[in-house]
Amino acid sequence: MSDTITIARQFIEALPHSRALGMVLESIGEGVAVMSMPYDARLVGDPMTGVIHGGAVSALMDTASGTAVMSHPQAGFSTATLDLRIDYMRPATPGQTIRARAECHHVTRTVAFVRVVATDDDESRPVATATGAFTVERGAK
Amino acid sequence: MKRPEPVHIIKQRREGLLRALVDAVPYIGFMGIEFDRRGDELTAVLPYRDDLIGNPALPALHGGATAGFLEVAAMIELAWSTLWDGVEAEGSLPEGPLRLPKTIDFTVDYLRAGLPRDAYARARVNRSGRRYASVHVEAWQDNRARLFAQGTGHFLMPPIKAE
Repeated sequence: MSDTITIARQFIEALPHSRALGMVLESIGEGVAVMSMPYDARLVGDPMTGVIHGGAVSALMDTASGTAVMSHPQAGFSTATLDLRIDYMRPATPGQTIRARAECHHVTRTVAFVRVVATDDDESRPVATATGAFTVERGAK
Repeated sequence: MKRPEPVHIIKQRREGLLRALVDAVPYIGFMGIEFDRRGDELTAVLPYRDDLIGNPALPALHGGATAGFLEVAAMIELAWSTLWDGVEAEGSLPEGPLRLPKTIDFTVDYLRAGLPRDAYARARVNRSGRRYASVHVEAWQDNRARLFAQGTGHFLMPPIKAE
């Protein structure tokens, strides 16, 4: 398990756009991944409120989802997003880290289905949720 | 008949509106997204940079960078098209800071891998009401007809100031 998280962390840290956004892989399990993104003034979408832009939240949720797929026992070590639908429930509180927990809840021979929830410090009220479909590479595990 | 305005006045006003919408958003600058304007037609441009890559093995643009690009293109088109008539009629920008629409939901459809080169996007407002709007956006790289991603978003319109 510790090998898995080391390999996964190295993999995520090698993704240039995830690195540019300051993403950190917090935990990874079989089909589940948690990633966080610290507050960064460069990512603000609404200058009047200081709220992070939805695009940066999308990138976090997409990365967490892909990581969850790759950690699933029946999926491969590579995946691509087919589609991702994000619902923005409320603005993330400025200054707080955003954390996305992605769960790959179903895998077929060709497609992996993922649900993601993003929260800030108030974990009882989601900032955003997303559902996505991802590719499963042939010749997977 | 009223004499047509000098072209530089028209351009200055339209560029002014575009700049007021785009330059206020730090994330647009972070991504390096630019807007090419021809009359009222906007094309969002995402100039290629290495830090937009998600998969270095292929290499391919990060799905999150693509999603952010599409959302910015959709939101700016919506704000732009909403403000256009008023600014053209008044001949000046509305007073005070411009309020941008808020994203309610956004769906991205990844059609093919984003290549390590510039990307373009154009959005179309399919429905714009007093409170809600629905916007579709298409993105391509080399060929306009070969989309690499498309998206649809619903937006909450900023409250209209009392008359």
